[in-house]
Amino acid sequence: MAILRPAGEFDTGYARDMATIRRPWQWWLLLAFILALYTLPFYAGQSLVSLVNRIGITIIAVQGLNLLTGYTGQISLGQAAFMTTGGYISALLVNNLGWSFFAALPVAAMGAGIVGLLFGLPSLRVKGFYLVMATLAAQFIIPWFTRNAFPDVLNGAQGLNVQVPILLGLEFNRPQRYIYITLTVLILTTIVAHNVSRSRLGRAFVAIRDNDLAAEVLGVNLFKHKLQAFFLAAVYAGVAGALAAHNIRHLNSETFNLTDSVFYLGMLVVGGLGSSLGPIFGAIIVELLIEGATLFGPFFIRTFPSTAAGAVQALRPLFFGTALMLFLIFEPRGLAHRWYLLKAAWRLRPFSH
Amino acid sequence: MTTDGIQLRVDDVSLSFAGISALLYVTLEARQGEILAIIGPNGAGKTSMLNCINNFYRPDKGRIIFEGHDLTRMPAHRIAQLGIARTFQNIALYTGLSTLDNLMAARHIHMRAGFVQSLLYWGPAHREDVAHRQVVEEIIDFLEIEHIRKAIVGTLPYGLRKRVELGRALAMEPRLLLLDEPMTGMNQEEKEDMARFILDIHERHGKTILLIEHDMGLVMDIADRIVVLDFGLKIAEGTPGEIRHNEAVIRAYLGEEMTE
Ligand SMILES: Nc1ncnc2c1ncn2[C@@H]1O[C@H](COP(=O)(O)OP(=O)(O)O)[C@@H](O)[C@H]1O
Ligand SMILES: [Mg+2]
Repeated sequence: MAILRPAGEFDTGYARDMATIRRPWQWWLLLAFILALYTLPFYAGQSLVSLVNRIGITIIAVQGLNLLTGYTGQISLGQAAFMTTGGYISALLVNNLGWSFFAALPVAAMGAGIVGLLFGLPSLRVKGFYLVMATLAAQFIIPWFTRNAFPDVLNGAQGLNVQVPILLGLEFNRPQRYIYITLTVLILTTIVAHNVSRSRLGRAFVAIRDNDLAAEVLGVNLFKHKLQAFFLAAVYAGVAGALAAHNIRHLNSETFNLTDSVFYLGMLVVGGLGSSLGPIFGAIIVELLIEGATLFGPFFIRTFPSTAAGAVQALRPLFFGTALMLFLIFEPRGLAHRWYLLKAAWRLRPFSH
Repeated sequence: MTTDGIQLRVDDVSLSFAGISALLYVTLEARQGEILAIIGPNGAGKTSMLNCINNFYRPDKGRIIFEGHDLTRMPAHRIAQLGIARTFQNIALYTGLSTLDNLMAARHIHMRAGFVQSLLYWGPAHREDVAHRQVVEEIIDFLEIEHIRKAIVGTLPYGLRKRVELGRALAMEPRLLLLDEPMTGMNQEEKEDMARFILDIHERHGKTILLIEHDMGLVMDIADRIVVLDFGLKIAEGTPGEIRHNEAVIRAYLGEEMTE
């Protein structure tokens, strides 16, 4: 609302009113933030760079899920399976056909998208719980396929060693370099996801989420748009899967598993469903919590000696579960919602109370 | 459009749920540019009639023709594209969106931005959004809901949500507007506002309006013609003057009062 901005600034036109970033200083802030990320390898240690790199990839996977679950309201437990799809496609193109990673990436994205679209077909008949079951099928079928089909190409349960990306002779063989690929792709996926949310397509998605019967009566083709949402979510998963596979340089049927799919949904809840910022907040907070679990490890082993062997593994779900419960109780709309409230209060200052 | 001025023809439509009839051999016609009211006691089949027009419910029998198209063979979203908009008895807004975005979402059928253009947004998709925003703002002005333009509709009070829902239907720029009890649950002032809006829409834009309403006084005031349903049967049809004195109608309504 125009009156919410400080003294005397009014929208000169609808285009201005519709803009996401309206004030020059916001642009500068954003630019500074991106610059800080890109220069990270110069002032941060390997472990932090590696963490940021991993979080970046996770954000992409969650952004895809947000388009499907957050905006379109179709809950999916298949995101990790589509990452597996993208990872394998990219790995095979690079390893076996000698493609450049940068050419393989979009193909992996499309391939995962098409597979995702196929597993989205049940959404035309079923909703809610039944749809969750249908997407769970992807989480069983796709890993099974990679373990059992074409053993001489896919190498069964052992999986593949994946080559590092090379661009103009530069090998992206450590996080300090890989992060440039991740950040650049992340900027693109963030822009696209945000564009979806404010466009005709995004409004159709939300219409389906909020009231599918009304959406249909108002001319939204449910069939078409649900499949587009599944396609997009899987494209994002394919990108994330390919990025992760070439980063960790190994891939098998368990690299991205059901637990990951559940975590992604949890991150979305923590961050805020159906908001552009939700996946970013959610992935950062949950990944940091998991990191926290690692730090707590030694203390935990002393307290519960029986878990010594897999203390950190045991702590991950515990931290995640607790965080999820706390968010569901105290801020079910996620951190993004809290952020918007803060921003609104800031604009209203000094009259916020 | 047909030359006899009949825009919508419901022809001998029957509908039943598990053997219970909701509509029985109903025939009615909406003429181009009129306000046709459908009245009748609760459970008479009024909402079911609209659901058949939207092809939510598939009639067991009969046809529904709108400007030469048979609606009983058409998916619901295609019917919207023909120019039929609707509000719902129990409000069916997109609760998570603002007033503005609810109306923008209703521009869907008039917008061209495809999948890829939406992903890129800048250029055609953005220009189109700005152009359609203009149309939507005019409707917001007309319905006097400027102050809730950016409010999330799920948080609005009932009367305003009803008004936003009317706005959303108008944003489709339909040629036929189906209104299912637009004034139910409102106070007198809100009802009068709503009646004024409906009359304005009718006079300014000459839209055909099919109105379901419980408040007999209001219906008598604003309808050109009235169709009366009772237990799925059409028991009367005529001008407000004719309906007021119709024996069968009086009996149906007296019956309802006694059972209430
Ligand atoms: N989806 C449905 N399933 C079963 N019965 C229904 C359904 N929709 C309507 N009916 C029945 O059809 C009859 C007409 O209902 P309705 O069209 O809602 O009446 P009105 O809008 O005139 O109050 C009622 O007996 C109602 O119970
Ligand atoms: Mg009804």
